[in-house]
Amino acid sequence: MIEERFDAIVVGAGMAGNAAALTMARKGMKVLQLERGEYAGSKNVQGAILYADMLEKLIPEFREDAPLERHLVEQRFWIMDDRSHVGLHYRSEDFNEERANRYTIIRAQFDSWFSSKVREAGATVLCETTVTDLAQDAYGRVIGVRTDRQDGEIHADVVVLAEGVNGLLGTRARLRDRPKPNKVALAVKEMHFLPRETIEARFNLSGDEGVVIEAAGTISGGMTGMGFIYANKECISLGIGCLVADFQRTGRTPYELLDHFKRHPSVAPLIEGSEVKEYSAHLIPEGGYKAIPQLYGDGWVVVGDAAQLNNAIHREGSNLAMTSGRIAAEAIFQVKSRRLGMTAENLALYKRMLDRSFVLKDMKKYKDMPRLMHTNSQNFFLTYPQLISKAMQTYLRVDGTPKSEKQKSTLKSFVNARSWTGLFGDAFRFARAWR
Amino acid sequence: MKIERSVRVEDKLFCNRYLVDAGRPHIKVRAHTRPSPQLLALLRACPARCYDLNDKGQVEVTVDGCMECGTCRVIGEPTGDIEWGYPRGGYGVLFKFG
Repeated sequence: MIEERFDAIVVGAGMAGNAAALTMARKGMKVLQLERGEYAGSKNVQGAILYADMLEKLIPEFREDAPLERHLVEQRFWIMDDRSHVGLHYRSEDFNEERANRYTIIRAQFDSWFSSKVREAGATVLCETTVTDLAQDAYGRVIGVRTDRQDGEIHADVVVLAEGVNGLLGTRARLRDRPKPNKVALAVKEMHFLPRETIEARFNLSGDEGVVIEAAGTISGGMTGMGFIYANKECISLGIGCLVADFQRTGRTPYELLDHFKRHPSVAPLIEGSEVKEYSAHLIPEGGYKAIPQLYGDGWVVVGDAAQLNNAIHREGSNLAMTSGRIAAEAIFQVKSRRLGMTAENLALYKRMLDRSFVLKDMKKYKDMPRLMHTNSQNFFLTYPQLISKAMQTYLRVDGTPKSEKQKSTLKSFVNARSWTGLFGDAFRFARAWR
Repeated sequence: MKIERSVRVEDKLFCNRYLVDAGRPHIKVRAHTRPSPQLLALLRACPARCYDLNDKGQVEVTVDGCMECGTCRVIGEPTGDIEWGYPRGGYGVLFKFG
């Protein structure tokens, strides 16, 4: 057993864990951070987009040396059927600002950099160490962790569980349920390398400008899911994710889905001739507000993906992770500086602070969205995209058909597919869940 | 059940970096004579195609290409079909980009 006792142990060196460890170390707390990867980032997978504001609150001058790829000037949403896409594009020169709002990043590189800041702040970071269990006393209070190292148990006043969506410790200790197939999505991703100039030409970019494409429709074959294409400096992150329950139900394979997405006529030209240098897979928490577990207890708090903090509607996760990590750390520090115990009662401060932040406000706003999307997946991800595509083609194709007839046939195709009740019901349910 | 081979996952995994902990698999399949629906689902849901059928029609796992995503845990752990843990510190997949 390591005799040394820590103020806090942080399990995991992802966005949430790094934010928590950094914040506590800076406040002078004695922090031990444990990471099972060879280095921070070697086990972490994300699209990935970094939201500057949340990082700025931790490291105001991050733009000076953080490994950033491209700042985003354009966002595209694609509704796809098998041969076409209907797009909504937003591009603004305003995004070419000095302190850009969003960047694409490569997680392995970014997390290593983030981790170096945690070390600089004075935390002890121990990589290649898998935490196997939480150590609890006779009353069930968390008093530390057990690792796969010889040293065994390490003790601390509080353990911050930043162990990610597939965290085992919290579930093994029965502090929360394991993720369920209808509450998590499996995303698979490839890194496609191309010369910088080729990427810039294909995506209409100059310098470090970047583009995000987010796509939904028949590419997920009626499953609840989305595809994404992010332009980095010299590579393109391309992936697709769907609910695990849908994979289970349909028997579709993730790699065939990815392959299908890559071969789509709207996507293939963007990656033509590229060299794939990595294939990765990761779960994404999709259960929303109602899936958030108990966030604190005697001697522990849970942050980030492990706490299911992911806003699927706005595709925000890492910023919620960073913010929950920072807030948990601030709450812990307040409890400590008042010389109070790390009990559930006192750590409830974390939840109260999180309630006041955008994190739980945003999660709460969309609390009904996951159920709507998951139970109507055939309509939202198959029927509507096909109808919208057909309507666009009817509208654009000039063939001597009178316009009134075209409108009638478009309307008829919608009513035939979903009926008036279905259309109004979907619109109503969607509006109510969005409100 | 036949698994389509239109996409070769092996080729995709080949570009990844792994440090295999030989003889210490982090996932185990419970001994069975006939696989449960959950076990059969893993043949297709696993993004690294770690699960396969043996000659006796039982589901086997080879964790060498595992990306540690947890999909099989989510599907197969509640029924007791599989035992899931993370590899020892430093072992397993090592993402260069992530």
